[in-house]
Amino acid sequence: MTFEYTTPLIGGLLIGAASVALLLLLGRIAGIAGIVWGAISAQPDNAWRWLFIVGLVLGPLLYHLLAAVPYPPASALPWWQAVAGGLLVGFGVKLGNGCTSGHGVCGIGRLSMRSLVATITFMITGIATVYVIRHLLGGL
Amino acid sequence: MRALVGLLCGLVFGVGLAVSGMTDTAKVLGFLDVTGNWIPDLAFVMGGAVCVTLVAFRFVLKMKKPLLSASFSLPASSVLDGRLLSGAAIFGIGWGVYGYCPGPALSALVYQDSKTAMFLVAMLVGMALANQVVGKKRR
Repeated sequence: MTFEYTTPLIGGLLIGAASVALLLLLGRIAGIAGIVWGAISAQPDNAWRWLFIVGLVLGPLLYHLLAAVPYPPASALPWWQAVAGGLLVGFGVKLGNGCTSGHGVCGIGRLSMRSLVATITFMITGIATVYVIRHLLGGL
Repeated sequence: MRALVGLLCGLVFGVGLAVSGMTDTAKVLGFLDVTGNWIPDLAFVMGGAVCVTLVAFRFVLKMKKPLLSASFSLPASSVLDGRLLSGAAIFGIGWGVYGYCPGPALSALVYQDSKTAMFLVAMLVGMALANQVVGKKRR
C-alpha cells in the first residue's frame, strides 16, 4: 500500500486557510455547492461568487504550470457514469444544503451538528457505493 | 475589494484541491474503497482542512462582524431532518459513482476532459431538479 500524506496535508491546510479567509473577510461559508448555486441563481452581491469559481479553476492551472506537476490521469470510467455521478451529486448537495467543503470542512469547523451528521452520511454512502460498484458489480 | 477576496480565496482553495489529489478521481475512488485496495491519503485533506477551520473559526466567529461585510452569513437551521439525510446520502452515492464532489470537478476543468464538463452540466441539472423538488426554500 503506497501512502503519501504530505501533499494531501498541504492541500488540506490550503483549503482550510482559504475557508478561514472567506469567513474572516466576507463572513461567508466556503461551500462550493452553495457558491455555485448562488452564482447561477443570480443572487445579489454575486461578483465574489463568480470570481471564487474563476479562482477555483485558475488555481490548479497555475499550480500545474508553475510547479511543473503533471495532470492526474484522466478517468477511465465511461461518460454515462460521469453524467450519473454529476446528477446525483447536484441533486444531493442542493437537497442536503452542502457538500464536502460546506458540510465537511466549514460545517464541522463551526461545530454544526447538521454538518457532522451530513458528513458521516455522505462518507458512508460514498464508501458503500464504491463497494457495490467495484466488489459486487465488478466495476461496471 | 470583496470580489478580489473571492478570487484569491477561490485561487488558494483550487490550488489546495489540486495539490491534495482531490482532482484525481482514481485517488478519490481509491480512498472510498476501504474494503479493497484502500488509498488512505485523502483522509489528510479533510483532516488538515478541519484542523485549520476548527481552531480559526473559534476566533473569527467571536468577532462582531467580518472585516469586509456587514454581518456573517451562516446557515441558521439546526434541524436534523429527512431532507438533510437523504440529500447527503444521495450526494455520497454520486461521489462514489464518479469520484468528484463539486469543488474538484470545477478545478478539474483545467485538465480539459470532456467527461468533466458532462459531470458539471449534469450537476447543475441535478441542482435545478432538487430546487424544483424542495420549492424556493434557500438556506
